[in-house]
Amino acid sequence: RDRRDRHRSKSRDGSRGDKSVTIQAPGEPLLDNESTRGDERDDNWGETTTVVTGTSEHSISHDDLTRIAKDMEDSVPLDCSRHLGVAAGTTLALLSFLTPLAFLLLPPLLWREELEPCGTACEGLFISVAFKLLILLLGSWALFFRRPKASLPRVFVLRALLMVLVFLLVVSYWLFYGVRILDARERSYQGVVQFAVSLVDALLFVHYLAVVLLELRQLQPQFTLKVVRSTDGASRFYNVGHLSIQRVAVWILEKYYHDFPVYNPALLNLPKSVLAKKVSGFKVYSLGEENSTNNSTGQSRAVIAAAARRRDNSHNEYYYEEAEHERRVRKRRARLVVAVEEAFTHIKRLQEEEQKNPREVMDPREAAQAIFASMARAMQKYLRTTKQQPYHTMESILQHLEFCITHDMTPKAFLERYLAAGPTIQYHKERWLAKQWTLVSEEPVTNGLKDGIVFLLKRQDFSLVVSTKKVPFFKLSEEFVDPKSHKFVMRLQSETSV
Amino acid sequence: AVLGCQIGVEMSYIPGQPVTAVVQRVEIHKLRQGENLILGFSIGGGIDQDPSQNPFSEDKTDKGIYVTRVSEGGPAEIAGLQIGDKIMQVNGWDMTMVTHDQARKRLTKRSEEVVRLLVTRQSLQKAVQQSMLS
Repeated sequence: RDRRDRHRSKSRDGSRGDKSVTIQAPGEPLLDNESTRGDERDDNWGETTTVVTGTSEHSISHDDLTRIAKDMEDSVPLDCSRHLGVAAGTTLALLSFLTPLAFLLLPPLLWREELEPCGTACEGLFISVAFKLLILLLGSWALFFRRPKASLPRVFVLRALLMVLVFLLVVSYWLFYGVRILDARERSYQGVVQFAVSLVDALLFVHYLAVVLLELRQLQPQFTLKVVRSTDGASRFYNVGHLSIQRVAVWILEKYYHDFPVYNPALLNLPKSVLAKKVSGFKVYSLGEENSTNNSTGQSRAVIAAAARRRDNSHNEYYYEEAEHERRVRKRRARLVVAVEEAFTHIKRLQEEEQKNPREVMDPREAAQAIFASMARAMQKYLRTTKQQPYHTMESILQHLEFCITHDMTPKAFLERYLAAGPTIQYHKERWLAKQWTLVSEEPVTNGLKDGIVFLLKRQDFSLVVSTKKVPFFKLSEEFVDPKSHKFVMRLQSETSV
Repeated sequence: AVLGCQIGVEMSYIPGQPVTAVVQRVEIHKLRQGENLILGFSIGGGIDQDPSQNPFSEDKTDKGIYVTRVSEGGPAEIAGLQIGDKIMQVNGWDMTMVTHDQARKRLTKRSEEVVRLLVTRQSLQKAVQQSMLS
């Protein structure tokens, strides 16, 4: 941020006098390019150009932007479409569940006198209806009544199809019931009961179809996905079955939170000592009546080419800086491990038989606080060296220590959390678990996955690039090996020419 | 172990006992052919090979290194190596108790342009015995 501010003031001063274009080497944030362009346009400010530059009075820094964005996220208005979908589903389910009962109860209520009594066959059918409805209820509860994991941008096509199917089924049954049974006052009650049983059977089959479409179809792997994080290149491969792009996106996000190491912006850039030397010492002046905008690209290309041809030793510095950093991290890590081991030797679990003064007996929290002091400094230094200190507050470390002490974990188990960057879901929920992701795709997101599809899952700071590849078709052939065919001989009299 | 030019003792192989044999010195100058230095003969035998297959050995339990082929006009033929010779030593290295590959390596050292072999053959033994008797 300091570098950006300095650059802004520099370009502002330059515009007052001669036209100067200072070209920054690539790697500087984009905001600087825009502010440079704004200075060029100062000379023909008759044009209307809207460019966000640092020259405006209300300049927003990067932190403000992130804070505004986060506020916008949290105050998302209630998603009416999602609730509408849920409401429609529940009414449909209730309707389809109560319909068979209605079919059974209406004739006795309306024309009991004309109804033929029906004997054991009906009783059997009643029992089967009861159990089938129970099974349907349990199955629907298992399959549909789950807390939704995500709100998808487009309608979930398969589920909508199923709802339409159920709706049509129930409506057609009601139609037939209304015409054939209610109007005609059907006398044979057994027929009515069989009609109701057939509806329950049909509903059960629809439920089976739902299981196959929603749960089973996606299980067999058909595609391999490569998920790469755009900022630091962390990548994983996953196998998925047939899914629509939006459902795949949700699936990938679930996997992202427990497979990928947490995104650490501090680890992204090359150390400053290496990059500082890269600032080009070239300054290009354009004199005369030339159209500066035309030549700027040509000039910048020339500058970059000249800088590249210059002998560049920054890789050397990078190597030594890396080696030094490694050494420092290892030293701090050794100190931390020793400190923690020593700290853990100071406490032990109180056995049942031992009698101790009640003042000496501590609960886990107090025990944690007692031994924390001896390892705090080493821990702090280590976290600072590995740039992990934003993720671990003192309170969180104490809580983790308490947790480890309660469950009789060794110092190594306690340290596992700090020595390696864990997956995002391990860290404090409110800070790191984002709710808003944007799916960027060239294909419509309700399309199924196909070979070669690429889409992005964007967050503010980074994005996940997902590319699809079809799992190849394996041609497996067999070869029979007779177990008696394994025979060996000594290598005899080999002749070698020298 | 090899005890130089001792005469009058039959060449026999008793495990654990030192071998005594009549030997002839053969000095081969290696010929450079492209990248390689060749000697112009082929060897067979070795402690990892099957000795009963050896056509040249008198004692079919002898696991020594034998010359199985000598190429025409090659350095070995010029130096006087004959087919069926048993190689006892190469430049001081023993060849009576080596594997086939070790023997090959000792003969084809890139740093040596000349190899001095100690070889023994049936005809030598017989010639010496005859000269002793007469």
